[in-house]
Amino acid sequence: MLRFIIRRLLITIPMVLIIVTLTWGLIRLAPGNFYTGEKRIPPAIVKNIREKYGLDKPWYAQYGKMMWGIVRGDFGDSLTYPGQSVNQILWRSLPVSATLGILAYLLALAVGLTTGTLAALRQNSKLDYASMALAMLGISIPNFVLGPLLVLVFSLTFYWLPPARWNGFPSWNLIMPVLTLSALYMAYIARLTRSGMLEVLRADYVRTARAKGLSEKQVIFRHVMRGGLLPVISFSGPALAYLITGTVVVEQIFALPGLGNYFLNANFARDEPLIIGIVAFLAILILVFNLLVDIAYALIDPRIRY
Amino acid sequence: MKDERPDKRTDWEKGTEPALTPLGTPPEPPVRPREGDIIHTAPELAVGEADVRSAEMGALEPIKGTSLWKDAWRRLLKNRLAVFGMIVVAIIALASIIGPFIIKATTGFTYDTVPPEMELSKAMPPFRDVNGNFSALHPMGTDILGRDVLSRVLIGGRISLMVGIISTLVSLLIGITYGATSGYLGGRVDNVMMRIVDVLYSLPYMMIVIVLLAFFGGRSPLGQLFLLFIALGAVSWLTMARIVRGQVISLKNQEFVLAARATGVSTAKIIFRHLVPNTLGPVIVYATLTIPQVMLQEAFLSFLGLGVQAPLASWGSLASEGIQNIAIFPWQLIFPGVTMALTLFSLNFLGDGLRDALDPQMRKT
Amino acid sequence: MNNGNILSVRDLRTYFETEDGTVKAVDGISFDLERGETLGIVGESGSGKSVTNLSIIRLIPEPPGKIVSGEILFHGEDIRALPVEELRRIRGKRIAMIFQDPMTSLNPFMRISRQLMEMTELHLGYTKDQAYEHAIKMLETVGIPDARTRVDSYPHEFSGGMRQRVMIAMALSCEPELLIADEPTTALDVTIQAQILELIKKLKQDTGTSVILITHDLGVVAGMTDHIIVMYAGKVFEQAPTHELFSCPGNPYTKGLLRSVPDPTAEQGALYQIPGLPPDVAHLPPGCPFAPRCERAEEICRAEFPPFVKLNEEHFSLCHFAEEVYAKSCGERDERQARQRQATSQRQETSSAGAETERNG
Repeated sequence: MLRFIIRRLLITIPMVLIIVTLTWGLIRLAPGNFYTGEKRIPPAIVKNIREKYGLDKPWYAQYGKMMWGIVRGDFGDSLTYPGQSVNQILWRSLPVSATLGILAYLLALAVGLTTGTLAALRQNSKLDYASMALAMLGISIPNFVLGPLLVLVFSLTFYWLPPARWNGFPSWNLIMPVLTLSALYMAYIARLTRSGMLEVLRADYVRTARAKGLSEKQVIFRHVMRGGLLPVISFSGPALAYLITGTVVVEQIFALPGLGNYFLNANFARDEPLIIGIVAFLAILILVFNLLVDIAYALIDPRIRY
Repeated sequence: MKDERPDKRTDWEKGTEPALTPLGTPPEPPVRPREGDIIHTAPELAVGEADVRSAEMGALEPIKGTSLWKDAWRRLLKNRLAVFGMIVVAIIALASIIGPFIIKATTGFTYDTVPPEMELSKAMPPFRDVNGNFSALHPMGTDILGRDVLSRVLIGGRISLMVGIISTLVSLLIGITYGATSGYLGGRVDNVMMRIVDVLYSLPYMMIVIVLLAFFGGRSPLGQLFLLFIALGAVSWLTMARIVRGQVISLKNQEFVLAARATGVSTAKIIFRHLVPNTLGPVIVYATLTIPQVMLQEAFLSFLGLGVQAPLASWGSLASEGIQNIAIFPWQLIFPGVTMALTLFSLNFLGDGLRDALDPQMRKT
Repeated sequence: MNNGNILSVRDLRTYFETEDGTVKAVDGISFDLERGETLGIVGESGSGKSVTNLSIIRLIPEPPGKIVSGEILFHGEDIRALPVEELRRIRGKRIAMIFQDPMTSLNPFMRISRQLMEMTELHLGYTKDQAYEHAIKMLETVGIPDARTRVDSYPHEFSGGMRQRVMIAMALSCEPELLIADEPTTALDVTIQAQILELIKKLKQDTGTSVILITHDLGVVAGMTDHIIVMYAGKVFEQAPTHELFSCPGNPYTKGLLRSVPDPTAEQGALYQIPGLPPDVAHLPPGCPFAPRCERAEEICRAEFPPFVKLNEEHFSLCHFAEEVYAKSCGERDERQARQRQATSQRQETSSAGAETERNG
């Protein structure tokens, strides 16, 4: 197990470098750069800036410099936010996105696990049909439609909730963004839980457990839960990647100063260091998180050995 | 990594390989259905028992190859939600294709007609004219430039459905080729190829798609569309590759493949002539479920301003326009948004229904 | 009511609602099981033998299944009428089950020890330590070597035969009065099959439990059971003491089954197989369900449901021609026995003659 963890961590490093290189290559292959925007900048100043950021050096020198920086955890300075390092921006925007993501995922787990389990236990009941139809709706409504609709109802019609802006944690401002972000995962987790539980409920070993004379509650909690929740666990890996994508939209709709928002702006402004910094950071986050998921999986399922 | 998880595939996915009856047991007549009755509905199977089946099939007439599909179709028609999905998708697709022509013929509006008399930018609500009286001219109202929202939603539907279908085809092409190759070659190659898929699964690929579109896109609307097909197709093939690989592995040791190999058919031919056609069921199911996913991704990108570019419109870009004026003209968001949600809803139900129909063991009892 | 019967099943009917209509998986089954007796239930897949036994401890998945009518008297008490809590006190403690597939019947996420301890903790009120020791003792009883070191393993670390031994240990840990073994050897290798059957036989002798042994394999029941029930399409087709059923079957279906048991002494290699397929229980023909496959079938078989004929005190058969078939197979038996006697005496003669020649030479 320990060897597996170390090996996986070692794999993480080249993978992050590959992702960064890919992103860097895309940016460099594209026509135009940060200075070919609408603003007219005098050539002398451009030359100065290019020297300052080392853009006058050959590409491999620039690549080397960037990689060396990343290895040391230094992503350089942002181009669009003068005087601010990428690290500063990361640490300022991360809490916003993390709050959103964590709250949304917890909410999704709570609601999804409960409804999924209940739906499985009462298969083909009204509750089952209703919750599964609702889940399908959750999967089908794009978050950029759901979010504005919530705003329309709760802010613009009833004036119950503030429509946008970041106001720290906890605050009323969080309710709609979290709900918007969470809906899809609630739906996914409810469906996964239901099908996982149904499969286990039909398993032979659950019949054995019943034949032992265990009560229905004991059967569910001791014998069904573990196997039934495995799909949800393995979903949490991809879920993080999707969550990150989701925050981009939600932060856009609700004007929240999170990572996604900075990432999008950096792309429009062609702010290379900031783009690469965020991509590298998220890649590390996702890879480490996936490792944790694999470890959790192995802890739950004794048949998995690494 | 030793993985002893129970094989979750159904018999049908594994291919039917009847187990040999151990000597000393009377050969039980195999549980083989008649035509039009692919699933064995005997209650013993319903409680999870699978009896040993006889290998002696010789005495029995072979099952007709069409019965699986005929039967799946029959089961699909019994699934009310799937039929609902099928009808809704058909209506929306048809409306998107021919609707704009009809609107143009009857009212003269196209999706980008800006009426000259609209001096003041004021959007009209559904079924209202400039003075606020009832009018059937714009059933979904107009946008801030006076353009007919209905034609825009229909045109947006064309683009959204097209992106969904073409990108799914791209992902099919990559996924089938990759998965079939990996599964057929097996061994080390398979191991490496599947590790690559595992790795790709855990990438923040939408981030890279954003970078790609932000830096390369925006030159021409058609070029952008092409870029979208490729980008979305390139990130959606992973699951497809896994499914096809699993299928191919279960099929490749069956007699018809061995026979083909023995007669010297080339590897590529075996893969694409003999194996791939036999994986169609799950591929169709998964493709149906990929279309709404890709459409959602397209809408996401268009919403961020990275996808479909004006003058073209997709449901995502229409929603993005609608949000600008949501407080005053909410219908500009609601109509494209709801149409899109309805389409995705229907496609998802259709996909679920197809899966249940083609995979008898997954079906509800 | 308690005339030495541990279990009396009266007119049991268990139906399943499916897309294709009502499946009468078990349709009017009756039998008695005496204390200490072993009963074999034989039939093809889909004949309703497993459903019968799941019905006895009410483990039919509901829906789609439902016990529609009948009595299941366990020590004279109707299990169908029991409240669920009382039923649970019977399950596992007084009636235990062994299932067909040991690979899937044990919980893969739980240590063997936990799965065994669950039984005694639940039914006998054992403490953790007592239950743990008992678990080890049970594993030793069923012949698992190094029980103490292996008790904390997970099921996947055991082979199929070992897992079935664990299942048996689990089933017997509360010393049940009735053990229901549902195809306990079907999923196992042939060599392991014999070991497991031998184990069940031995444990049965040691503890005196009654056993219901479900199988599709007549070879399995031959040496194990006192009585046999042959099921087909949810009905009892024949019911007789084991030796009588084997020597003198009164039903064409049973005869077919017996003919399809491979006989190593037979000259010809081809194995007999009953023609056709097991019936679709959702759409049974009006007459005898076996009629379409039966060699003896006549017009009446396709039109009328056959009677359940009493051939002698303990022998019943569901057939229009039960008596005729019975008489014929009894005749065949006598003939066979006569031939055998003749053969043995001939062999004795030849061997003694041979011995003589040897001596003389």
